[in-house]
Amino acid sequence: MTVATDDLETLLDHASSGIAFDGLHVDESDDGYRLETPANEWTGLDEDELRRALDAAGEYATNWRYWQERIGGEGTARRAFLRWCERAPLADAETDEATTGPWSESGEGDADAGDAPLAVPERYDALRDGIDREWGQLSITARFVDVDDPDGERVYDLWHVDDADSDIADLEVYDDPRDARDLATYDDDGRYRPLKTAPTLPAGWAFTGLSGADLVETVEFFYPATVANWHRELQGTLDVDHWLETAERQTGIYDVIDELPREAVEWMAEACCADSQCLRRREWQYEEGDELDADGGDGPFPCREPCSLVVAAARKCTTLESETEHTYELELTTSELNQLEELIDAVADGRIDEIREADVYDGANRYRARYLRAKRFDDDGSLEATRVDE
Amino acid sequence: MQALVIAAHGSHLNPDASDPTYAHADTIRETGAFDEVREAFWKEEPHFREVIRTLESDEVFVVPLFISEGYFTEEVIPRELRLEDWDPDKWESDGTSASQATLEAEDVGKTIHYCGPVGTHDAMTDVIVQRAETATEDPDVGEGFGLSVVGHGTDRNENSAKAIEYHSDRIAERDRFDEVKALFMDEEPEVDDVTDYFESEDIVVVPLFIADGYHTQEDIPEDMGLTEDYRLGWDVPAEVDGHRVWYTGAVGTEDLMADVVLERAADAGADIGDAREAVRELAASVADPEPSAGAGAGD
Ligand code: SF4
Repeated sequence: MTVATDDLETLLDHASSGIAFDGLHVDESDDGYRLETPANEWTGLDEDELRRALDAAGEYATNWRYWQERIGGEGTARRAFLRWCERAPLADAETDEATTGPWSESGEGDADAGDAPLAVPERYDALRDGIDREWGQLSITARFVDVDDPDGERVYDLWHVDDADSDIADLEVYDDPRDARDLATYDDDGRYRPLKTAPTLPAGWAFTGLSGADLVETVEFFYPATVANWHRELQGTLDVDHWLETAERQTGIYDVIDELPREAVEWMAEACCADSQCLRRREWQYEEGDELDADGGDGPFPCREPCSLVVAAARKCTTLESETEHTYELELTTSELNQLEELIDAVADGRIDEIREADVYDGANRYRARYLRAKRFDDDGSLEATRVDE
Repeated sequence: MQALVIAAHGSHLNPDASDPTYAHADTIRETGAFDEVREAFWKEEPHFREVIRTLESDEVFVVPLFISEGYFTEEVIPRELRLEDWDPDKWESDGTSASQATLEAEDVGKTIHYCGPVGTHDAMTDVIVQRAETATEDPDVGEGFGLSVVGHGTDRNENSAKAIEYHSDRIAERDRFDEVKALFMDEEPEVDDVTDYFESEDIVVVPLFIADGYHTQEDIPEDMGLTEDYRLGWDVPAEVDGHRVWYTGAVGTEDLMADVVLERAADAGADIGDAREAVRELAASVADPEPSAGAGAGD
């Protein structure tokens, strides 16, 4: 690989003040320049010799240029995310935390081989074919713009994980990050998705050839704030607001939610924050030192406080929980009681659309439900039940 | 580096609620005046709570896309953004004169210039007038016309009526329209009786709302008698009691709103270069009429 002249010049400009990046070391002393890579070391170089040596260490030079000059943003979440995309070592990852988070999400059970950070030569090999990562339901590929003669410049492709095997010709291709907003608005059934991390992102589209900045922006439109909070988690500085703090902070119509009994907070977390409903992993608890039993899920993104949907749901739950319980008497056969359970399950699991018209063995089948209603509802359309506690 | 955050309500139920926010943010993105432009919401993502941490800029200008000063602008947004030392007195406002306060966001240590809402900025008056122009497809609309600015009224927020009256007064002072009247959904004088308040045959009705939704697309058209059923749509203009009523839909969807957002940020010290001119030109060039407000109302 030859290093472009302006790459060399930029590098030389920085050489005298010292360079230490991704295995590349350049510095200047009284005996001339010293250049070091993990494979080689040259010392006492004059400027021409340094040029030649840098040419020999071309991958390190163009890599330096891409990260330090193109991407910049030392210490930012944007940079860390782009480094993660190509499995570069993350400067700010605490080493023992560096295997948590989305990069162990591939689920292939091959976490070590698939996720260990790559040094420059291996990364350069891999970037020729493209390095694939998953971020929730997004599949991201980092690759060289010029595969035959890579000058270090990377671009990024993005599509739905379900489209991994789709032909790009069958996908709708976009290049403006803002298009992600529209793609994320409705699910496959045309329903509005107010929770961006619901696992219902529709497939069928692709972004290709994005710059690093555009990639991050696109990802932010699909999954707002996930990059920032992932980065904080990586650095060990994720701030978690637990249920009570968030509930007590509310005013106006949400003022009441801190009265929701602890037990009901459990039910709510179980209902809303499960992996089937949300790709975030619930990190918030009832309060500091008082963990909820409800499983926080294995989602790739940390959830640092109850979201606005959960806060809205909590308001309804608080009203429901403020009611007193009564004892009712109603006539049901055992099968009818079972059927009620099946109905609730089917709705809660979003299964009703899958129940076939003629599958009368399923208690949530529409004919079965209509039969139950015809038999057990009175003329006002309600269940014939009598309250027995006065 | 400087960033702009447009803080809006959003909705869990209706995806259209955030459309104006996105549209105005995009217009401002095009001008390049800010290194970063971000939408943030109470009911959508990114939530107010998390938006500041997604920015790299140290100087952040937050402009609430709300009509009036009150619960959201004085309580909810500053609290959720974790604005240290916030106190509504910092705005020294009488209900329509909030400008800005400079604060720090606790979780990120950035400087936040927290601006008053778009709805009470003086430039909003121009947007209302422009709305009348777009609705009538007449850049000189005024003579022979009455104009009504319509607001929600004072169910929860006494400042909500103030904003409506403030702009009505300012438009009246310009002597452009024959008559100008502030009307409300939930208090006197009520928008139901719109024709009672005007002698002019033609009346432009501009609801001072941020986004089109239940009130602007269902309630108000039915209350005014533009249509029996909002789902059937209505004509612009519609005949009501011998008047022609030009109903425009929410003013917040007007392109010139981006200019008000920019002005708010500029008043708070943002360096916006010639972005305002760019936005005004853009708004003028797209000022051709939008599809009749009634036509798609029932979709
Ligand atoms: S609170 Fe629960 S549902 Fe909401 S984002 Fe967090 S994990 Fe998801």
